[in-house]
Amino acid sequence: MTIADQVTGSTIAGTAGAKPAEAKLVEAKPAAAQPRAPAITLPAIGERELRLDLFRGLALWLIFIDHLPPNLLTWFTIRNYGFSDATEIFIFISGYTAAFVYGRAMLESGFVIATARILRRCWQIYVAHVFLFTIFLAEISYVATSFENPLYTEEMGIMDFLKQPDVTIVQALLLRFRPVNMDVLPLYIVLMLALPLILWSMKWRPDVTLALSALLYAATWEFDLYFSAYPNGFWAFNPLAWQLLFVFGAWCALGGARRMSRILASPVTMWISIACLVGAFYVTLTWYVPQLGHLMPKRLEQWMYPIDKTDLDVLRFTHFLALAALTVRFLPREWPGLKSPWLRPLILCGQHSLEIFCLGVFLAFAGHFILAEVSGGPGMHALISLSGILIMWGVAWVISWYKRVADKSGTKTKAAAGNADLAGGG
Amino acid sequence: MKAKVLLSLILLCAGLVAPSARAGDAVPAAPAACELPPYLLATDSQLHKVAETVKAGKPLEILVIGSRSTTIPSSEDSSYPARMQAILKDKLPPAETVHVSVEIQSKKTAEEAAGTFVKLMEAKTPTLVIWQTGTVDAIRSIDPDDFRGAVTEGVAALQNAGADVVLMNLQYSPRTETMISAPPYLDNMRVVAQEHDVPLFDRFAMMRQWNDQGQFDLFSPSRGPELAKQVHDCIGRALAQFVIDAAHLGPGQQQN
Repeated sequence: MTIADQVTGSTIAGTAGAKPAEAKLVEAKPAAAQPRAPAITLPAIGERELRLDLFRGLALWLIFIDHLPPNLLTWFTIRNYGFSDATEIFIFISGYTAAFVYGRAMLESGFVIATARILRRCWQIYVAHVFLFTIFLAEISYVATSFENPLYTEEMGIMDFLKQPDVTIVQALLLRFRPVNMDVLPLYIVLMLALPLILWSMKWRPDVTLALSALLYAATWEFDLYFSAYPNGFWAFNPLAWQLLFVFGAWCALGGARRMSRILASPVTMWISIACLVGAFYVTLTWYVPQLGHLMPKRLEQWMYPIDKTDLDVLRFTHFLALAALTVRFLPREWPGLKSPWLRPLILCGQHSLEIFCLGVFLAFAGHFILAEVSGGPGMHALISLSGILIMWGVAWVISWYKRVADKSGTKTKAAAGNADLAGGG
Repeated sequence: MKAKVLLSLILLCAGLVAPSARAGDAVPAAPAACELPPYLLATDSQLHKVAETVKAGKPLEILVIGSRSTTIPSSEDSSYPARMQAILKDKLPPAETVHVSVEIQSKKTAEEAAGTFVKLMEAKTPTLVIWQTGTVDAIRSIDPDDFRGAVTEGVAALQNAGADVVLMNLQYSPRTETMISAPPYLDNMRVVAQEHDVPLFDRFAMMRQWNDQGQFDLFSPSRGPELAKQVHDCIGRALAQFVIDAAHLGPGQQQN
């Protein structure tokens, strides 16, 4: 099987599945199918995209909940049950979808056009980031002027940067000043900027690309490479390490997943994965039930800690792989539940990930604000989490509706392009 | 009229209760607000030098190295080091002299603070150093690895100077949670504590516990010092208890 075939094969999969609107599905499929007809023979692959949307939607909800202060719903987020969390899911799926959408563009229209489209997407994400930064500035300025509890005079030192907005704002525009909870988008922008190179290299040799990516990851750890930040320190998500997950997602999208299917189906993989998850669960349990800490060998603790999120600790990556392997095994792409109305909200949110991600960050800010200004009771907490999720669903529905309506009046090609952006979305 | 009766009743009750409390000990029993689950005060690491000093009946010198959150502006006597001193005096044998001094390293990162330790320990020779750090590093988002290195270095310097060490982490500050990322610093302090077998006083978890259980509303924007005083009182109590437990000086343990 040639690389081109692999690429096209999964591309079609992406095209078919990326459609939230059935009308578009019918329209765009022939358009995408034209160059390489044989590859469309697997219409069922189309449903794979629903699983991606589902889990990206789930990741967005979890990121939102994790950005709120801890509350009842926090116990449902996966970071309490193992090493990896929603960020891993988000970056992996983003790599996967971006690769098959822009991979197809690269095959059909060439390197230059695909690069131009990727850059346009980067610009959108950048604008979204700047928008969120503005909201953050508004919030922090408000707190700086209204909050004078003597218990926290020291913590108010965080407001010092307001004294020199000339430097801070320029650094924020350069992506070097990134407040808490605003780390994912800059990471995503850098990864997208590297995407043309990744795809070009994948077209040549996917496995070598993945190996190079792993090499860069190893070098990052060995030589302590990082992106510096303002006023000091470094990026909270080191793109040089996290690219491994993104490239791995792209590699899976461009045929890797299919070639791995035998490994994924073997019971050995299943048991190793289960062992990983159980082990990770036990370790996380010791964080919440310190009495269990006595049963942890000290040597193991010293080897394991700290589990580094900045550089995507190997343990986090392994845990994510185990999780993904089991998910692929036990949640087949034909699973009828994917079409059930109960999962519809998650899938909808996953289909508009950039918009819903930004909304989630904004809602987390707003939620903090309400908790601080109105009341901080557990009831209020739960209410904020739930209404946040409902708002995310509602907005995702409106965006879907709008795109459906807008696409109806557009031409076929426009629809296909618009949809590609959707699938490659953040 | 009604109010007057009520007031006199209250005064009467207070009059009856106050002497009985004072008769027993100088410090009234811990207010319910300070309650903590036992695991937050548990530690495997021990304070051997503190134990020896108290058993030998020598004066116990404690140095708190902290930052601005060690004190309450314009009410030092209510800050946690002062409260801890009062509680320790009360709980340890009456003959024991306890003296707590405070060294404020305002706006200094762990690295900058650790640089002063050798000199500091020459000037004072405490039996126990309680090093409270992390906030400034979190505000300036210092590289957590560098932070861990600095804390390790600082702990080593304090231990080399012959003192027992207790590490104290950041305050739980829900209002600035969206702006200051505490977890990397909390994690790294836990790692250093584990590696060096140093007790870690988890101020962050305790304050979060109080906030979650509704004992204190840490979101409060109030400018008055009342909340700060109550929280510091509780921290002082918890810290005193923590030191007593880690040195195995509790009532049942002192004999062994």
